[in-house]
Amino acid sequence: MTPGELLLQQLINAVSVGSLYALMAIGLAMVFGILRLINFAHGDLIMVGSYVTLLLAAAGLPFLLAAGAGVAASTAAGLLMERVAYRPLRGAHEIAMLLTSFSVTIFLENLAIILFRPTSRPFTAPPILRSVIEMGQLRVASVDVVAIVIAAVLLLGLTLFVKRTTLGISMRAASQDLLAARLMGINVNAVIAAAFAIGSFLAGVVGLLWSARVGKIDPLMGFNPVLKAFVASVIGGLGSLPGAVIGAYVLGALEVLLQGLLPSALTPYRDAFVFAVLIALLLFRPNGILGSTEREKI
Amino acid sequence: MLRLESVDVAYGHVQALRGVSIEVRDGELVTLLGANGAGKSSALMAVSGIIRPSAGRLSYDGVDLGRASALEIVQHGIIQCPEGRRIFGGLTVQENLRMGAVRRPDAAGARRDLDWVYSLFPVLGQRRRQAGSTLSGGEQQMLAIGRALMARPRLLMLDEPSLGLAPLVVRSIFQVIRELHRRGVTILLVEQNVRQALAVADRGYVLVTGSVALEGSGSDLRAHPELEASYLSTARGGTGR
Repeated sequence: MTPGELLLQQLINAVSVGSLYALMAIGLAMVFGILRLINFAHGDLIMVGSYVTLLLAAAGLPFLLAAGAGVAASTAAGLLMERVAYRPLRGAHEIAMLLTSFSVTIFLENLAIILFRPTSRPFTAPPILRSVIEMGQLRVASVDVVAIVIAAVLLLGLTLFVKRTTLGISMRAASQDLLAARLMGINVNAVIAAAFAIGSFLAGVVGLLWSARVGKIDPLMGFNPVLKAFVASVIGGLGSLPGAVIGAYVLGALEVLLQGLLPSALTPYRDAFVFAVLIALLLFRPNGILGSTEREKI
Repeated sequence: MLRLESVDVAYGHVQALRGVSIEVRDGELVTLLGANGAGKSSALMAVSGIIRPSAGRLSYDGVDLGRASALEIVQHGIIQCPEGRRIFGGLTVQENLRMGAVRRPDAAGARRDLDWVYSLFPVLGQRRRQAGSTLSGGEQQMLAIGRALMARPRLLMLDEPSLGLAPLVVRSIFQVIRELHRRGVTILLVEQNVRQALAVADRGYVLVTGSVALEGSGSDLRAHPELEASYLSTARGGTGR
């Protein structure tokens, strides 16, 4: 493989991983922006969607239909989570919300363990998501290409949504000043529900791609993605949507770079190096890359 | 007509308002004066449905508002332009104004009012694509007032619109308030800038530690010999700003 091909190969890897982190991080960032809630149960939405897809596909449904139902299930679970667990806490302390998100995680994961057994199950995606594209020496997993394309389309759609639509602008307004948003008559509950719906939909999509990539699913599969999405949002600046996306791609690139550069004895500790870089970044930019440094104006 | 009858408001154990009765009739400009912590903003937040009165009656045109949500209050046409401006800094000027009209069903009317707001504050028109946070303090105040006007308020509540602004900017803000009053907008104006507020107001109320201590016409209150010394003493620092 020529150095150019190697670089291209690694670039595709980085952008693909970054795309999945980005779609996850947006869900976290949207909710955090408005509620100051770090919803750790966001990762479990991946698990919900993947299991629904797997079970329906196993029951004989065409994969595309099963996947659609899986994404719908993730979205519904996210909305239900907001309604049942978080809405009663409106105005409560941030710590109370954070602890509630841990409770929701524990509840969902244990429910899945009881319903689906703790062991992992193979997730067989259709050929388009598990073939390898060969171009000369270059070998690219088709799921990586699909992930990049889907993420690009969704990110474009999301950008248009938050810039152009009244609901999207209301969402940005509510994340900047919740009280002012209420005084303008913005329906804050509707905006928060929309943020959960969009984030959960994206998590459902990530679930499919993630499961296709890994090839198996288990009740605790949401932990790693949500942790990475959280790190990505911290790198980019918590609560900022462009920040979450930038942070996600930076994280993806960092992981791939370290995977390639670290001596093989150290690659199992790759995440430790990733977090070391995160700590170094936060020392210099405590609010992340795009984090706001607010100041009073006269 | 907005009517507060013996309204109490409390934050936990701290009583912010005690038996406050205030009236704002259609077309009037009424000012609410008082020192820091006298309860002026609490009164506006109670009317806006942000905090619930613990006792008393709050009504608009005879409709009880005691249980109404913030959103329903806006739908009644009661709009507050809050203290400290609270514009959406990351949104453009035009997006801020669009948010003011978020509950309006008439898109055509909102477009007309957008032009009207730009004619009222030409500087906002020049900066319509700029982020709100890049505006100067005075421009942000204009944006906050413009945003509230985009809701086509039947009752506009302004909380300290002159706070922290240069004297020249304060003058132009008060010119706009006078112009809005002349056009028939009903206004409830909270101010620490006593002289300017009483110069434009039809009537005024003076709050002292959560209760109405004085009320009267603008000119009567202006002529009151001990107004500033006895009722607004701690507000003195604020009057010069």
